Amino acid sequence: MGYPHPSHPRETPVISKHFGDAEARTLAGWQAHGGYDVLRQALATDPVEIQNVVKESGLRGRGGAGFPTGVKWSFMKPDGKTHYLVINADESEPGTFKDREIMRWTPHQLVEGTAIAAHAIYAETAYIYIRGEYTEPIARVREAVREAYAAGILGANAMGSGKRVDVHVHKGAGAYICGEETALMNSLEGRRGNPRIKPPFPAVAGLFAQPTTINNVETVCAVPHVLRHGAEWYKSLSSPSNPKSTGTKLFSVCGNVAKPGNYEVGMGFPMKDFLWDLCGGPPAGREFKAIIPGGSSVPILTPEECAAAVMDYEGIQSAGSLLGSGGVICFDDTQDMVRQIARLARFYAHESCAQCTQCREGTAWTVKILERIRDGEGTMKDLDTLLEIADNMTGKTICVLSDSCATPVVSGLKKFRHEFEAKIPKNRSMAMIPDLAPATA
Amino acid sequence: MSLHTMAPDGHTADHADAPVFAGARRAELDELLTRYPTKMAALLPALWMVQEERGWVSPEGMEEVARVLDLTPAYVKGVVTFYTMYHQHPVGQHFVQVCTTTPCNVCGAEDVVTAFLRETTCGELGVTSADGRYTVVEVECLGACGFATPVMINEALVECVSVDSVKDLLAGLD
Repeated sequence: MGYPHPSHPRETPVISKHFGDAEARTLAGWQAHGGYDVLRQALATDPVEIQNVVKESGLRGRGGAGFPTGVKWSFMKPDGKTHYLVINADESEPGTFKDREIMRWTPHQLVEGTAIAAHAIYAETAYIYIRGEYTEPIARVREAVREAYAAGILGANAMGSGKRVDVHVHKGAGAYICGEETALMNSLEGRRGNPRIKPPFPAVAGLFAQPTTINNVETVCAVPHVLRHGAEWYKSLSSPSNPKSTGTKLFSVCGNVAKPGNYEVGMGFPMKDFLWDLCGGPPAGREFKAIIPGGSSVPILTPEECAAAVMDYEGIQSAGSLLGSGGVICFDDTQDMVRQIARLARFYAHESCAQCTQCREGTAWTVKILERIRDGEGTMKDLDTLLEIADNMTGKTICVLSDSCATPVVSGLKKFRHEFEAKIPKNRSMAMIPDLAPATA
Repeated sequence: MSLHTMAPDGHTADHADAPVFAGARRAELDELLTRYPTKMAALLPALWMVQEERGWVSPEGMEEVARVLDLTPAYVKGVVTFYTMYHQHPVGQHFVQVCTTTPCNVCGAEDVVTAFLRETTCGELGVTSADGRYTVVEVECLGACGFATPVMINEALVECVSVDSVKDLLAGLD
């Protein structure tokens, strides 16, 4: 079932199968769909065996980085230390709203996936960190957790397995950066959400300095399906031409598009068909001008570049961008790209945690310069300055927020330079900037 | 942006001196503390409780949280100021957050902001209306981009708000 639109016949609904079905929200409804059968089996299975099936399935992290999930889990050894699982439900990458629908419609899918993942990494405690603005998803997941405890699915003797599985919902308080895994762990510990320097990596010293695995909501929700139907089945859902990107992916589509919403397709789906058939193309009477295919932090593509791409990690990368979080932001031909790139930069400037100078200063100056170009007060030199600042912001900070601000500026200037130049008054020179102008009588 | 206007809606008036963490709230905090290996980890939830009880997180509220979690008030303030959702000043009875980040911006979110400022008589972002009913702010990405323009009014998210629907939306509030 799709939401808010009915499923398109070319979608492959696995995780999104019960979106829009209010019955599936309750424990009884979820169990009627076979919910928690896989957890029961998993709790009786050796964690290494579960890790191996997930490795074999090719499942990769759906939060943006695309790291192989089974490999990540295999870093967690039965070493007698307290292990933690953290579920990253701090979905805040502009353009992305898939985890929101997973939690609103199928909270038990998340609880089941979380409990399986906890067992698979030898953890007894899992925290689901949900962004504070997601009031309805928080309420739905809390209710599902309450139901699961009451039914003995969670707790000291989860499903009668003799194993302890505790799941706690932790509410964020407004900070994009807390979607970065180490910032999230600091936030969960009751600190400012500043990213940590790595190493140590979370698997060595993560939450409360203990070995920790952090997974995205969509990633752990795929796990029960992988275990139920097997790794081969999961791989069969995606294009056989690319074994590196397997299974299905939820794409959130927004901006200037006829049918915004979430769509679940097999990896390797042709982007042309996706944008024009499934999503209905641009709004009536307009054309696409630009598409950001993986959340606001990835390079901007032209419609032509999108039309030639397939939607998987490698396909979007070879088109010049990244799959990222799967948030597809569409801009039509009425949009002013300078204005929108300036607005994106403002987002990053607002959300910088301000630890690193390159980011704190770089995002702020990027906004100042872009906004003066937007307002017709820029110079040609500003375009060079923007690229110079972007270079200082790329690959030189603790986390990638700074890089994410630079990315749309660099790709925007490359692909839409004419729009920037058109806003710069002709023959404008330093002499025309009031503070720098030579005094006249 | 400033949020200096006092809300005359009683959020702060009557029981500002009484402790938040007494009775049921104390029990709730004690239960929360069992979930984490450190007291500090209960800081964000404890601040949420203060805001739910008082409507904002006052300096006194921060001091009380510091006391119950064995932290310093300066540390607590450092955390409060990092996060955007804790109100460091009283706000209107209806706190309206309009998403204007890029995906909503291209769908006309700035016009929705203008409509709210006009219809609520706030006139300016972050300023509470004279009757204390409304405070309107812009917010960065609410994570509901496919439902432009999403607006949060206190705890409720309203999807697909347009310039034309603002007036009726406000009329439907308490």
